[in-house]
Amino acid sequence: AHLDLKKIELYEMGWNLKDGLRECLVAAAPYGGPIALLKGHYRRSPSARPQLEIYSSSGLPLASFPWKSGVVKQLGWTVSDDLLCVQEDGTVLVYDLWGGFKRHFSMGNEVSQSQVLETKIFHSPYGTGVAILTGALRFTLATNIDDIKLRRLPEVPGLQEAPSCWAVLTQDRQSKVLVANGSQLFILDNTACTPVTPPGLSPQASSIVHMCVSFSYKYLALLTDSGHVWMGTSNLKEKLSEVDTKIKTPPKQMAWCRRPKSQQPSAVVMWDGLLIVVGECKETIQYHLDDDSVLVPELDGVRIISGTHHELLQEVPGACEEIFKIASMAPGALLLEAHKEYEKESQKADEYLREIKEQSLLSEAVRQCVEAAGHEHEPETQKTLLRAASFGKCFLSNFPPEQFVSMCRDLRVLNAVRDYTVGIPLTHTQFKQMTVQVLIDRLVYRKLYPLAIEVCRYLKTPEYQGVSRVLKHWACYKVQQKEESDEVIAKAVSVKLADAAGISYSEIATKAYESGRTELAIKLLEFEPRSGEQVPLLLKMKKSPLALSKAIESGDTDLVYTVVMYLKNELNRGDFFMMLRNQPVALSLYKQFCKHQEQDTLKDLFNQDDDHEELGNFYVKASYKDQRLEARVALLQSAVDEYYKAKNDFSAKTTEDEMRLLRFQRKLEEEKGEQLVGFSLHDTMTTLLSVGLHKHAEQLYKDFRVPDKRFWWLKLKALAEKEDWEELEKFGKTKKSPVGYLPFVEVCIKHHNKYEAKKYVSKVTPEQKVKAHLAVGDMEGAAEAAIERRNESEISTVLSRCSATTDHLLMERLNRAKATAVKK
Amino acid sequence: MASHLFCGRVNLNILREAARKDLREFLDKCSGSKEHEVEKMFTLKGGRIPSAAVKNIVFFVRPRLELMDIIAENVASEDKLHPRDFHILFVPRRSLLCEQRLKEKGVLNSFTNIDEYILDLIPYDGDLLSMESESSFRECYLESDQTSLYHAAKGLMTLQALYGTIPQIFGKGECARHVANMMLRMKREFAGSHTQILPVFDTLLLLDRNVDLLTPLATQLTYEGLIDEIFSITNGYVKLPPEKFAQKKQGEGGKDLPTEPKKLQLNSAEELYAEIRDKNFNAVGAALSKKAKVISAAFEERHNAKTVGEIKQFVSQLPHMQAARSSLANHTSIAELIKDITTSEDFFDSLTVEQEFMTGVDTDKVSTYIEDCVAQKDPLIKILRLVCMQSVCNNGLKQKVLDFYKREILQTYGYKHILTLKNLEKVGLLKPQSTMRNNYPTIRKTLKLWMEDTNEQNPNDISYVYSGYAPLSVRLTQVLARPGWRSIEEVLKMLPGPHFEERQQVPTGLHKKRQPGENRTTLVFFLGGVTYAEIAALRFLSNMEDSGTEYIIATTKLINGTSWIKSLMDSPEENLP
Repeated sequence: AHLDLKKIELYEMGWNLKDGLRECLVAAAPYGGPIALLKGHYRRSPSARPQLEIYSSSGLPLASFPWKSGVVKQLGWTVSDDLLCVQEDGTVLVYDLWGGFKRHFSMGNEVSQSQVLETKIFHSPYGTGVAILTGALRFTLATNIDDIKLRRLPEVPGLQEAPSCWAVLTQDRQSKVLVANGSQLFILDNTACTPVTPPGLSPQASSIVHMCVSFSYKYLALLTDSGHVWMGTSNLKEKLSEVDTKIKTPPKQMAWCRRPKSQQPSAVVMWDGLLIVVGECKETIQYHLDDDSVLVPELDGVRIISGTHHELLQEVPGACEEIFKIASMAPGALLLEAHKEYEKESQKADEYLREIKEQSLLSEAVRQCVEAAGHEHEPETQKTLLRAASFGKCFLSNFPPEQFVSMCRDLRVLNAVRDYTVGIPLTHTQFKQMTVQVLIDRLVYRKLYPLAIEVCRYLKTPEYQGVSRVLKHWACYKVQQKEESDEVIAKAVSVKLADAAGISYSEIATKAYESGRTELAIKLLEFEPRSGEQVPLLLKMKKSPLALSKAIESGDTDLVYTVVMYLKNELNRGDFFMMLRNQPVALSLYKQFCKHQEQDTLKDLFNQDDDHEELGNFYVKASYKDQRLEARVALLQSAVDEYYKAKNDFSAKTTEDEMRLLRFQRKLEEEKGEQLVGFSLHDTMTTLLSVGLHKHAEQLYKDFRVPDKRFWWLKLKALAEKEDWEELEKFGKTKKSPVGYLPFVEVCIKHHNKYEAKKYVSKVTPEQKVKAHLAVGDMEGAAEAAIERRNESEISTVLSRCSATTDHLLMERLNRAKATAVKK
Repeated sequence: MASHLFCGRVNLNILREAARKDLREFLDKCSGSKEHEVEKMFTLKGGRIPSAAVKNIVFFVRPRLELMDIIAENVASEDKLHPRDFHILFVPRRSLLCEQRLKEKGVLNSFTNIDEYILDLIPYDGDLLSMESESSFRECYLESDQTSLYHAAKGLMTLQALYGTIPQIFGKGECARHVANMMLRMKREFAGSHTQILPVFDTLLLLDRNVDLLTPLATQLTYEGLIDEIFSITNGYVKLPPEKFAQKKQGEGGKDLPTEPKKLQLNSAEELYAEIRDKNFNAVGAALSKKAKVISAAFEERHNAKTVGEIKQFVSQLPHMQAARSSLANHTSIAELIKDITTSEDFFDSLTVEQEFMTGVDTDKVSTYIEDCVAQKDPLIKILRLVCMQSVCNNGLKQKVLDFYKREILQTYGYKHILTLKNLEKVGLLKPQSTMRNNYPTIRKTLKLWMEDTNEQNPNDISYVYSGYAPLSVRLTQVLARPGWRSIEEVLKMLPGPHFEERQQVPTGLHKKRQPGENRTTLVFFLGGVTYAEIAALRFLSNMEDSGTEYIIATTKLINGTSWIKSLMDSPEENLP
């Protein structure tokens, strides 16, 4: 198998490095990320401080500052483009892309005591990790620097000095270290150190001098002191190839160069001035290097950065090879040819097309051209291929256009970010892996806001995740610009963000507040549509009245409560009450809270407002909580006073009545031993009557001006209940009954005393006669009364009660009477 | 089973499914697996949680402080030797205040998960959603606590997320205005984050309960309304006295009468119930006997089944027929129970007085009937309903009349009800007559609230649900659909609170293209509660041939006059030694 490689020049570097990369500590982030240099790092003179410089991939300066901290062992980039500087003492300093210090963390006491010997910075699905080999020849690992959990790996047996080489790999959701000690190879995980043997490693090797794992952690390459490169899977189960480089000096760097889904392995080994690519076959490909260089492994190739140039070395993608191979007859190649002829207005175009169509490979041809365009860096070549694809598409019906359309869009974005001034040399494969979201993040991080917005709009990213997000970042950056006034910034922000959906102004305001601009923060919060979001920041900024009104505006009562409780703790009572007074919604909520939780405060609130009515109610409620009668009466007296102040005479009078009743009840309880306290007036009288204390009942009736009707009802029911028929009769005769006499009939019947009931039937008013007769079961009487009154409905009522068997004659009479009544 | 949610015009099962998914996700989180067998359910109460061999305990609670104290007590008294994992699920929203309280009690850290279960509107039936917020009316009108309105607005936002933006919002009343404002604000907050859906609802009508205080006071006369008035329907279930449900088996001679109340689920999944629930009770008897004939005819069919195929056909329909027969038996029993009451003199007298009030007869003086009822110490709530009704129908009572009633009540039922009376005055159910003219007659006439010739059997107007009285709230709804509120401006001004109209922008692509003859769909939201009779009236409107509008009903709580008045009572209990 032959390995086809191409080397693409990405940039001529914009930096001006006097000594090239010599004597520099270099770290370049993958996915075309930034480059950090620590210049003069190897000159350890105290007078000359090393200089830390950060550049874009095209060599444009982003930051530069003298290094004032400790000795740096290693530089590296995180997945979110932050720079990590690992110091000798195990402290890791984190800088942003612009050289701004963000934070630092330590790799633990053990590391700082025995010092850092070597460091590797690695990426995994869990984020960016740091692995350290200490002076004590032990490994310490942190898998995710944003959530540091230090792990000290087990000891490597027989290790007397620094291992010849080592690497970090991620397997089975765990980060492990692969260590070579001479010819021995070990895998270190959390719990154990396991010796391993690469299958088929050539026996002449006495030591493994270099190793590298692929971008995906799937493959491993080992370089032995005999100059052989062994390539296999990183689980060491399979050997893919072994090639002799014929060079026995240790290399400077080694990296995988394989593209995903490639048919064969390929790795790059670099010595001074020489680069060798090894693949499946025995032959190697050699490149000469003019200058000190570094290799930057990528997902689908290797970037080579030197003092002057930046190149990408990759395996030629299948589609490109098919098309551009000399004398290729692949459908894509034919289509490209056809289009060329078409442009020349030559009929050969048709011949080529026919040839493709005869094999029904036209759609395959279009697909190849589109794919190849994606892999090309030259816009002209991209265009040629896409034009050919577009041409081919014309002869196809029902060809899905999505692939073509999205490739055109993607390429336009890629060409824009590859531009020298932006300097992100992404390949299409990398772009797809990284996603648009991340690309936008990176542009934002580089403060390339207009470009980021253009990209969002062009790719039609939903506003919420696209333009709005970029604008928010822009605004967060904007509010930190000290030289501009609050008004200018607030205006600029509001104008730019006006139409953007889903902007979180509170986040921007928080940023402003954090940079010490409270007034600006308040101005910005005004734009926040979600009042709920405004409140926490306002509280933090001690703008409590504003926080309270915003909470109320939101309608979220829980939020109002939160602010109220906060204010209650922050303010003195007087100020607190004052503030509530101006916010009726908050006040009524707080009153509700107090009703359940703080009765005394409730009283104070009513007092403050001179709310005598509520104070009265408050005392009434309190009176029921007290068991002692004196206390109850005293509380009721307070209620009376308040009700009078509230000019509520009715409440005051009825409350006085209640006090009078309570006293009366207690007096009687003491005298007669009858339990009465707490009864209603009605129940008190009923009880008194039922035990025969008629006089006392009469007294209440008079004292409390009970309406006659009600008293009569009450008394007659009470007497009937007692079955005191004699007393009932007497009572009925005292004066003309205000309730009439039907109730007398009914209570007697209710207590199954027909005899007594009949006594009152004659006294009943004519309108109720029928009812009374029916009640005592006197059908004749009822019929008589109904007929006399010539009332149709009454006659019907009686009829409905008659039984056909016994009241036959009566029914006839009634029916006749009914007929005349109806006629009338 | 939730077949009752499918039958309406709007598939409320979407809402139910969304809610179920949220719940499952939370339970997954608690147990850490997809297995979540619910072992036992307990009602929240103090002390120690009864033992159960489980690993996880989930508290489902409303965010109320007093409940937090109970939970804290539960957690504190947990057996330290066999600790279980605790989780809290706040319904419908988490509350900082409650979490603060748990923190003060020192138990906040005992919870593995604290989350919210956003269930504002609970699907009750194919056309009915309820927040089941018992004290909503009291909170809004008595305590100026509008928490439930916030939840209502949130619930409407959820509904819009699932069923599309509602283009038109109408409203009447302070609370309605408040909810609409919150909705419009929330709409701005969510801008851009919602995916767009073709609107299912054309119109939202928000109605304050206090715009129509009269309707719930009147005794409902539909079948379902009466079941609720007499036996009270709770969470879609009713408990009935067991006597009439005794299984008559041969040879047992009715020895073992069941003593447990009979519990029945009531919703439109039951074919017969769906048919009769909204009928005037006077039309139920005929419907039941018609049904009985149909069913026995169906059973008779078996004699005609001759071939194997016919018999098979008959047998396959048996389960359905048997269900129909038992449903018929149940409803016949319920109807008998109700009839015992509706034919009583008491019921008749009380109804007569109600109808007199509603037609404006003698509303300005003390009613002898009420006086007699008080004298006989009839249930207090009955009295309060009547007095309030008189007050509402007279736009307030003369001070002398009002004071007389109040004195009567306090003397008879006890002074402790003074606060209840004050509450009723505060919400406007009781009030002294102001200098203003009594405007109730104008309202009654303009809105045709009283219909003389109501047909209970084959109704042609909503007034059948109260045998003459057309519920004001539903009339407002009806007029809004046709000819529009502009025709009743004057009356609207007499009713409390502002009336308004808002429009919500719907993206051009989502404008509904109505087929000719296709009905509009209106969501009517009753803030402060709705009665079954009002629901029946709205269903009647939906089914009217030329109505042009179908109604979905949402409410804070299903109420009747009794439960409503009860929620407003404040009668301290005696605390005697």
